[in-house]
Amino acid sequence: MESIIQYLWLIPTAPLLAAGAGALLPRRRRRLSAGLAIGAISISFLLSCAAFWATLHSGRATSNFRWFDFGTTSVQMGWVLDPLGAIMAVMVALVSLLIFIYSLGYMAKDENFTRFFCFLALFAAAMLGLVIANSLLLFFMCWELVGLASYLLIGFWFQKPSAAAAAKKAFIVTRIGDLGFLVGMLWLYAKAGTHLFYDHGQGCLEPAAAGGLVASTAIALLIFCGAVGKSGQIPLHVWLPDAMEGPTPVSALIHAATMVAAGVFLIARVYPLMTPGALQVVTWVGALTAVFAASIAVAQSDIKRILAYSTVSQLGYMMMGLGAGGVAVGMFHLTTHAFFKALLFLGAGSVIHGCHEEQDIRKMGGLRLRLPVTFATYAVGMMALSGVPLFFSGFWSKDAILDALHHWRGSQVPFYLGLLGAFLTAFYMTRQVCRVFLGKPMTVEAEHAHESPPVMTVPLLILAALAVMVGFFGTPAWPWFQAYLDGGSAGFDLSKLMNEHQLPVMLLSTALVAAGIVWSGWIYGRASARPAREADPLEVAQPALFACVQKKFYVDEFYDATVVRLTTAFARFCDWLDRVVLGGLVRAVCWLALALARLDRNVDKSVVNEGFDIGTEAVRGAGQWVSRLQNGQVQRYLRVIGLAFCGLLILLLWGCA
Amino acid sequence: MTPSLNQYLVLSALLFGIGLAGALARRNAVLVLIGLELMLNAANLNFIAFWRFGPHPEKLMGLMFVLFSIAIAAGEAALGLALVIAIYRHRRTAQVDRFDSLKG
Amino acid sequence: MILTILTFLPLVAGVLIALLGPDKQKLGRNLAFAASLVALALAVVLWAAFDNGHGGMQFVENDSWVPSLGIEYHLGVDGLGLLMVLLSALIVPFAMLASWKIENNPKLYFSLALFLESGLFGTFTAQNFIHWFLFWELSLIPAFFLIRIWGGPKRTSAACQFFLYTMAGSVAMLAAFLALYAATDAASRSFDFAQLAQIAHQGGLFAAHTTLATAVFLGILLGLAVKVPLVPFHTWLPAAYSEAPTGTAMLLTGAMSKMGVYGFLRILWPIFPEQMQAWRVPLLALAAATIVLPAAAAFAQKDLKRMVAYSSINHLGYCLLGIFAAARLTKSSALFSNEQAAALNGVILQMFNHGLTASALFYFVGLIEQRGGALRGLDDFGGLRQAAPVFCGLMGIALFASLGLPGLNGFPGEFLIFKGALHLASRAALLSIPGLLFTALFLLTILQRVFSGPLPSKWSGWPDLTLGERLTVLPVMALMFVLGLFPQLLTGVANPAVLQMLKSF
Repeated sequence: MESIIQYLWLIPTAPLLAAGAGALLPRRRRRLSAGLAIGAISISFLLSCAAFWATLHSGRATSNFRWFDFGTTSVQMGWVLDPLGAIMAVMVALVSLLIFIYSLGYMAKDENFTRFFCFLALFAAAMLGLVIANSLLLFFMCWELVGLASYLLIGFWFQKPSAAAAAKKAFIVTRIGDLGFLVGMLWLYAKAGTHLFYDHGQGCLEPAAAGGLVASTAIALLIFCGAVGKSGQIPLHVWLPDAMEGPTPVSALIHAATMVAAGVFLIARVYPLMTPGALQVVTWVGALTAVFAASIAVAQSDIKRILAYSTVSQLGYMMMGLGAGGVAVGMFHLTTHAFFKALLFLGAGSVIHGCHEEQDIRKMGGLRLRLPVTFATYAVGMMALSGVPLFFSGFWSKDAILDALHHWRGSQVPFYLGLLGAFLTAFYMTRQVCRVFLGKPMTVEAEHAHESPPVMTVPLLILAALAVMVGFFGTPAWPWFQAYLDGGSAGFDLSKLMNEHQLPVMLLSTALVAAGIVWSGWIYGRASARPAREADPLEVAQPALFACVQKKFYVDEFYDATVVRLTTAFARFCDWLDRVVLGGLVRAVCWLALALARLDRNVDKSVVNEGFDIGTEAVRGAGQWVSRLQNGQVQRYLRVIGLAFCGLLILLLWGCA
Repeated sequence: MTPSLNQYLVLSALLFGIGLAGALARRNAVLVLIGLELMLNAANLNFIAFWRFGPHPEKLMGLMFVLFSIAIAAGEAALGLALVIAIYRHRRTAQVDRFDSLKG
Repeated sequence: MILTILTFLPLVAGVLIALLGPDKQKLGRNLAFAASLVALALAVVLWAAFDNGHGGMQFVENDSWVPSLGIEYHLGVDGLGLLMVLLSALIVPFAMLASWKIENNPKLYFSLALFLESGLFGTFTAQNFIHWFLFWELSLIPAFFLIRIWGGPKRTSAACQFFLYTMAGSVAMLAAFLALYAATDAASRSFDFAQLAQIAHQGGLFAAHTTLATAVFLGILLGLAVKVPLVPFHTWLPAAYSEAPTGTAMLLTGAMSKMGVYGFLRILWPIFPEQMQAWRVPLLALAAATIVLPAAAAFAQKDLKRMVAYSSINHLGYCLLGIFAAARLTKSSALFSNEQAAALNGVILQMFNHGLTASALFYFVGLIEQRGGALRGLDDFGGLRQAAPVFCGLMGIALFASLGLPGLNGFPGEFLIFKGALHLASRAALLSIPGLLFTALFLLTILQRVFSGPLPSKWSGWPDLTLGERLTVLPVMALMFVLGLFPQLLTGVANPAVLQMLKSF
């Protein structure tokens, strides 16, 4: 334990170095870049397994360090090794490894192959960093970096405007949630004085949560905002289906198995903060998302979009599991879902690859004969996702959630929503399988489809095996997974499977799943025999409702009309404020100054200058007039003097008299 | 018979009047100067008369004034004549109304 | 002595280069670049010799200059000043490299850039108001000519507006300081920052003249607010930045815009603590407006340079938010002052990092303009990533650094500012949060419109970064990563100064 914690940082660092090297490699070094990425993720996987092995024997170890100082304290960071992180690390590394290998085949013809592996490695590094982070800040940083990797990979085919737009949308929408997360994190930091999860063997979140209930709930909900954005919960789910613009391995890795589950992992990490009030919100958001997304999936025709909505819906289940059942319930579904959803996406990728980049399920059909391995593994994935009983992992994890919801003290409505979601899941997955693999080929491409190379099918087989097996680690009879997370040990007890708490729920969900599969199979099994252009049977039955669902309940349109338009209007307003109001004010001041200057100039010119001129002119004129007296005639002067003398004399004489 | 003060004064007034008339009316600069001399002498006559008939004839005050006055008049006449000659040489005339170089 | 040498080295070099014959354009340019490199080396020496242990002034030089008026030649740097000197010394060679190819009288251009550098160094090291003000104005004049002579088509009005607007602020500031000088009693008259702060701390600066104190405070505030700029005094900036030649825009945003924030920390903070507290709420509101409004306005721009200019205002808004938030009367509780320290450290980090990031962004936009034949509209391009992947990758890094992506240099500063501000001024901080979103929105829009989508055929021959250009941005890019991962490099220098500032507040 002590030795592994010393080297834990290597888990994310290895792929990070591979990413850095990949970024610097020239475009033609395709094999080197891929080799580096796969080698690095293999190292991460082996280290994760070692770490996992270590956690089987002892509880938790941390290693903290100072990042930087401020004031009289410093920002601490570190990594933690505990069952929650270890299981996640193993899952992430394993799925990443398989998908990296798969990508070798899938992306073989892409000219930016080198860059692709660089981005994938960057993603793996950030995701693994997030998993082992022992501080909410480090968690947030890695969280943003996985967002960056997701942005880069969604927009990987940047020549397509739709891909570039989807990438931007994904980044912006998740950032809306992240801002809530940031505020919550900072609030928590101020309140707790630290953002470490564990320090000196003690949990740091519990004391913070023990403070005011209202503040704690607010912090928890703000952090949950981040999870809502990243995990595509209502109302921030809109980016995830658009993210399918990225290459299929990316959809499988980032937008199905790992990154979108980071939101769930986040809630699991900060579970001590989650007050009952916050958990209620989590449960309700999860329940609404689960049913909402599942119902949209029913009416979609793009193979990846169906899976995307399914992912949104399943993330809703995980949230419900966290809210109603606790960490173990949510995390168990996260783990099983990661494997079978990665399997489904890779299977879809194989189908798309085989059908020459065709994604519309209405143009497929009959592929079971042409892509046998893909069909077999896809069927396993589909049954796992639908929750076909006993042999498929999805059944056990979903059942745990439904069971938790059934015993939830809040309300029974999420339980019924969960059941409805289970039915819808079975329905749309059966629809998809019928459309894609059964019936007969609808187009020429589907007729000439070919099976993918082994580099793609082998990961499918491994994932299919995992999709079956992982479920057995968390059955009610042998709840090893739950015990592992809680740090206890689990015994095998078959009777727990049969008690009156578990059995009714299990039977009910099984019945609903069966109903979904049978009904959907009945509708689409017949429909897939008909020509391609024909409308969906549901559309024939309920055209208005179907259109509404097909348009995803107009949520995107609603956002375009409100949020996007408001933002644009606000931006225009600010620009107008700058140009017209403030700029105008400056211009007005400028104009005022100019007007004053003109006034001053005119006063100068017409009053001061002119007045001066007139004054001097007058003085000159007067002088000229006076100077005429002085005519140089001395005798005249004398006469004047004489006259003046006489005058004075007269004045004197008369004045005296 | 000794003349009275009034007779002296009348004589001096006449003399002054003649001098003034000469100074004002004559055109020839020399004659203007002569007029001036006459006026000065009229003043001198007054000094003598007032002294002679004044309260202290023994103090010779009037005589002193007149002596000064005559000396100054002599200087003035010399200067005036010199000026007149200079102007004459320059302008070839001694007519006063032709001189207007003092005109402003 | 090192500070004097550092300050006057570019000035002397600039004069000498300006005196060179008109046929020695290239020599002048090379000499100027060499001089800026020497200045950078000196700044690095300064940094290496700087003692992180205490927060007071170091490398102090104090000689009397005009003793009868209290004017002294007083130089010194603390952590804040040191980082600003380093930043200026870094930005100037970078900006010179960006202007390497100008054809119209490069000798004059480069010597003006050196004058500007001298003005920056003087401003960041002077400890006496008159001395400080001299350099503050000295930096303005070369900037005016740089815009006026080498700018874009509307350079005349932009340069005049820039100069007059800034000048009006400076005049207000000078008048305020003279009023302050005249109003204090003869015994304590001074222009020395430290002395003024000490007098103010003892309550002796404006014994009873509260109206006068407010007027003086507002005068200085105006001068600084125009320089930073604080909304609503920012309208000169987009025009000036977008008309300025690339290298000058880099100098303006990278180094000169820091002078205003520096003034807030060096003058208003220590000398006018009471007024800062009294005016805190309206100032916080303005800071929030400075963050949100320009970010939103940037989103509505069609011109890349104007977008980047608006983003520059937005980023300096975070600095002001941090300062105003921290200007809160503390009850000497440890947590409280730690939040203040967080905010102020964040401000200093943000100043430094914004200088790097924004000048890099201007550099890239300038390259786009140069390659696009004077086109720089958002909609003029598309798909350039296909033709120039390295260009796009490096500019993408700069853009992400600007939007505060963790791991790059923008994040630690913003994190600390918001950490402090959320606690000390929750409402203003929450109002500012949408600014972060708008920033992401318009920066990603640049990436989307310019680099993504199909490549128009007219740009198919778009050249990628040349080796020289790569070498030019390499140091800055490296710093972005290094400072993003090891912010201790900056906080280690800044924190003692911040603690000192808090002690005197």
